[in-house]
Amino acid sequence: MPDAFSIGQPVRVRAIYPPGHVRTPHYLRGRSGVVESIAGHFANPEELAYGRDGLPRRALYRVRFRQGELWPDYAGPAADTAVVDLYEHWLEPEGLP
Amino acid sequence: MTAHHDHGHAGGHGHPHQPDIEDRPFEYYQVMAEAVGELLIQKGVLSADELRRAIEDLDARSPALGARVVARAWVDPGFKARLLEDANAAAAELGIDAGAIPIRAVESTAKLHHVICCTLCSCYPRLLLGMPPDWYKSRAYRSRVVREPRAVLAEFGTVIPDDVEVRVHDSTADLRYLVLPARPAGSEALREEQLAALVTRDCMIGTAVPNLHPG
Repeated sequence: MPDAFSIGQPVRVRAIYPPGHVRTPHYLRGRSGVVESIAGHFANPEELAYGRDGLPRRALYRVRFRQGELWPDYAGPAADTAVVDLYEHWLEPEGLP
Repeated sequence: MTAHHDHGHAGGHGHPHQPDIEDRPFEYYQVMAEAVGELLIQKGVLSADELRRAIEDLDARSPALGARVVARAWVDPGFKARLLEDANAAAAELGIDAGAIPIRAVESTAKLHHVICCTLCSCYPRLLLGMPPDWYKSRAYRSRVVREPRAVLAEFGTVIPDDVEVRVHDSTADLRYLVLPARPAGSEALREEQLAALVTRDCMIGTAVPNLHPG
């Protein structure tokens, strides 16, 4: 299966709150960023945590966020950023309602 | 040496008793780790010596390994390019086994300062830096460094000018990060081993920058 997102593409972290072992920190839910690079394809750790095989492998993206997007009251310069590793199933194209 | 330290119990034992690890009940995960270790050995998956050696190898890791990698990248542009492409393979060139988990080296420059953390737990490039410091695993560091990185860095004595971007890397998944700090100005005459001595643990986390004249 081809990767759903490409480098440079704006994406948004899904604002969902499933229970259990998840690898997407709360502070990113619903936030918009840009795909910086594709880190590879890995067995899904959210499945591995329960003894399942985690297959098929999921694309893992390094997504860059502006700090001002994550924290509206961010005190530092506007250029400051955070880069977080996020799995494909946690991302959606930016611009969806 | 003739100094006599009386360890009789008749009295005069002037310092507090140092607790032994058995003085507290074993916690759940300690018991589980012991049990899993014993089972793996009993079932012949690995030998007691293999398990011991694996623990010894982890305990022997230290920031000196990462410092060798950084110093080589500073003196060898070809190596630096390979390090930024595949840090595990680059470390292997120096005879360092960086393990199976991919490590991503991120290069700080005059205009960009990287700092690493793991907000969810304590992910850390252990095979290149050894065990993480306690503060790296603390809730205070993990929550604050993504929220107010410049304030946290300043508490480490690292003040980043406003015209330098601060970029926080949160290792949430299957990568580990290593900061490749900028080579300090004035270090042109230093040999590779001398350069490695400038590269401390915190420089590779990003909470410090290499300092030619510490103190």
